[in-house]
Amino acid sequence: MLAVNFLLLAAVLFCIGVFGVIARRNAVMVLMSIELILNAVSLNLVAFALMNNNQEGQVFALYIIAIAAAEVGVGLAMVLMIYRNRKSIALDELSEMKG
Amino acid sequence: MLESLLAQADMNGSVNVAMNIAFGIIATVMIFAAFSVVTTKNVVHAALYLVVVLAGVAAQYILAGAEFVAVSQVMVYIGAVMVLFLFGIMLTRAQIGKEEGLNNKGWQLGIPVALLLFGLMAYVIVDTYEDTVIGERTPFLTEGISDHVLSPFLVPFLAISFVLLAAAIGAIVLARKD
Repeated sequence: MLAVNFLLLAAVLFCIGVFGVIARRNAVMVLMSIELILNAVSLNLVAFALMNNNQEGQVFALYIIAIAAAEVGVGLAMVLMIYRNRKSIALDELSEMKG
Repeated sequence: MLESLLAQADMNGSVNVAMNIAFGIIATVMIFAAFSVVTTKNVVHAALYLVVVLAGVAAQYILAGAEFVAVSQVMVYIGAVMVLFLFGIMLTRAQIGKEEGLNNKGWQLGIPVALLLFGLMAYVIVDTYEDTVIGERTPFLTEGISDHVLSPFLVPFLAISFVLLAAAIGAIVLARKD
């Protein structure tokens, strides 16, 4: 098993997630793409734990899972609030904070 | 990459073929599903494809010898986060089925950005870890994770529990109707 396998897979997932964040207009879809990015990073950490025979990487992956859960909770609450106020969650229509 | 696989076969006498095949199959399914998440026109389908990606990541964790992380991934992501996503979709969306206008006007900009980023990362990764082979290891014990969490990483652990508490309260405050 080559180390490059895991790392390249994580890089592919990361880039697909970045594409999703840039391309999508729906706020929920952007949150899903962010989940892809976070998963790519924790896959990297677990692969590094395996390569270096050191379990600390798995601990970091667990912490990333916890942070992602918090992020999705707050993010979806914000999306719900925006939807309630504007009846739309299209990100390019949110221009109140434009200078 | 192939040469180093063959070199590994010469060195150790055997490559773990089953592991490589399993990795390849799961990775293909994951990449296809991830691509579908960012290209499909149906929001509910995107959420269901995301389930496939998350389950694939959990399977890769098991291949990498991280069973506890894999179980946590299944419980937290597939169990909790996906339910949140489906509720978010149901509460913010009126129409069922295909939807137009899911993409930004300048969404094509994402393609060169993603390709450039992937090219850069792939070059660096292959350049650095070209010949690194993950050999046979003694399996990690879950006990080791608890040893790490409860002694050297205790402060981040407490910080994360505080962050989760704050996020739960914040989500309630944000989503509540007053």
